Amino acid sequence: MNVTLEIERRDNGPAKPEWACPSCHEGARNREVRDNLMVCPHCSHHLRIGARERIRQLTDEGTFRELWTMVATLDPLDFTDIESYPERLRAAKAKTGLSEAIVTGAASIDGTPCVLAVMDFGFMGGSMGSVVGEKLWRSAELAAGEDLPLVAVCSSGGARMQEGILSLMQMAKTSCAVDLINEATSPFVAVLVDPCTGGVVASFATLADVCIAEPGALLSFSGPRVIAETTREALPEGFGSAERNLNLGHLDAVVARKDLRERVGNYLRLLGGGEEPDRGEGSEAPAGRTGRLAQATLERARTLAAHARRSLVGGDRQDPGAAEEPPAREPAP
Amino acid sequence: MTVEIARHKERPRTRDYIHYLIDGFEELKGDRLRADDPAIVGGLGWFRGRAVLVVGHQKGRTLDEQTVHNFGMARPEGYRKAQRLFKLAERHGLPVLTFVDTPGAYPGIAAEEGGQARAIAETMLRMARLTVPVIATIIGEGGSGGALALAVADRVLMLENATYSVITPEGCAAILWRDAAFAPQAAEALRPTASQLLELGAIEKIVAEPRGGAHHHPETAAQRLGEALAETLAELDQIAPQQRRRQRRERFRRLGRWSDPEQPPGSMSLFGGYSTTLE
Repeated sequence: MNVTLEIERRDNGPAKPEWACPSCHEGARNREVRDNLMVCPHCSHHLRIGARERIRQLTDEGTFRELWTMVATLDPLDFTDIESYPERLRAAKAKTGLSEAIVTGAASIDGTPCVLAVMDFGFMGGSMGSVVGEKLWRSAELAAGEDLPLVAVCSSGGARMQEGILSLMQMAKTSCAVDLINEATSPFVAVLVDPCTGGVVASFATLADVCIAEPGALLSFSGPRVIAETTREALPEGFGSAERNLNLGHLDAVVARKDLRERVGNYLRLLGGGEEPDRGEGSEAPAGRTGRLAQATLERARTLAAHARRSLVGGDRQDPGAAEEPPAREPAP
Repeated sequence: MTVEIARHKERPRTRDYIHYLIDGFEELKGDRLRADDPAIVGGLGWFRGRAVLVVGHQKGRTLDEQTVHNFGMARPEGYRKAQRLFKLAERHGLPVLTFVDTPGAYPGIAAEEGGQARAIAETMLRMARLTVPVIATIIGEGGSGGALALAVADRVLMLENATYSVITPEGCAAILWRDAAFAPQAAEALRPTASQLLELGAIEKIVAEPRGGAHHHPETAAQRLGEALAETLAELDQIAPQQRRRQRRERFRRLGRWSDPEQPPGSMSLFGGYSTTLE
């Protein structure tokens, strides 16, 4: 940093912006960026967001019920590189406040109940190990068993190398989970967000019925660096970008973050045999809708969470209090 | 280093095993879309008097062969050819035998832009859906997703000196140690050998190789593999077709290690699966 410039700014120039866009370098207030769903108000650059923020943006307010929070990561290979795997896990947990690179649960999206799985790139690069695979499996199983759609927000650098072959096996496991959900004819929508590479993009993410991505997201099997190093080929402009992938025929649509909830909701309704929503004049925006549909959805999500919890505690043993029990509150993002 | 024998250039390839084990092999080429990928070979033939489909990575041995077969690194066309052949086997009720021998899927620009990711995913899903018996054998190098794409099987066999790993030791070292020179340490840590994988539940059976490795006596190696394949196939014949598909899904569902105090091992979930905490 140029010290003179810094002093000059402090003395005469405009106040240094709270936030500067990593893409267009324009400044903005933190609050402004947050209110814009973490998208640059100037150039629409989509910033990476964590799983909690994603859930807050994508689901109808207060409808998300997290499931399978107790599924915990082990260190089956006793793996140590520069740091040990448990050390890396501890750091990732502290950094993100999450227990793993995926958060799963039941929710309603634009009025349609669904099972939701959201990956978090901040947790060890969103890498897929046994827990990510297992929670994805349970999500698919719940969706298939309850005749609900599955929505997966995918972001990952690839396999969790620290789990060796078991991480590779999660590609097959999650593909088998897609077989399960296809067999049950539950709709499956995948939202690919930056970056989505490696084992995740080469398994369940691209097997969805509808596969969309956020603008500018990097989507590729091998990373650009690996390709450049292995083949010494010059990468074309915009290689691996969502937009380029759309033109190549690998995506159904590129959807801006502000439209995601409504678009995903629409896919779910179209695939699930739902009714066309009333978008006539005077009807409220989807986010604030409190009509009968939203109410029914909320009830459904509540029962679902109670139902799943009960099944986890002990087979089909009845727990009379479970349905009435207040649903666990989603922690603030 | 563990991967040396697996990568030995004289090691028998898919075509060698086809030569020794499959009578009247009829190679079937092409993905029916745009190309034929020589990195994956497939076709029909007789295994001990029974019609089967064979699909495998082909590495080649001489430099010329290796160039033709792209060192066994398949492109989307190769995986789409495999998918087409799996469908063929399903339609006609033929058991599927796959041979895995690849450093990984080809990481080229054309491959990427031709849909490499989806091609691999779709191949796995296609294998998962099969109701015919499926046996995969890791014969040399089982490199990452490119290898797994041909190994979503009812049973996975592995030759004694083959390796099977999520990433090459070099790649792993470059990422985690930030220096490819740590490849030997990475190879150790990844536990890619047959005996280690058997312990982790990733494979069902190890096929012993002749002393010094399969390349010292390919015919013996092939004969031992033939025995193991015949035995495994007989076992799978006892299972009803739809049951095979369900059990294959369950096989992969169990793979992984996690703990879950809410769902103790062996308890059945409401949605038809079993808790599989393995600790």
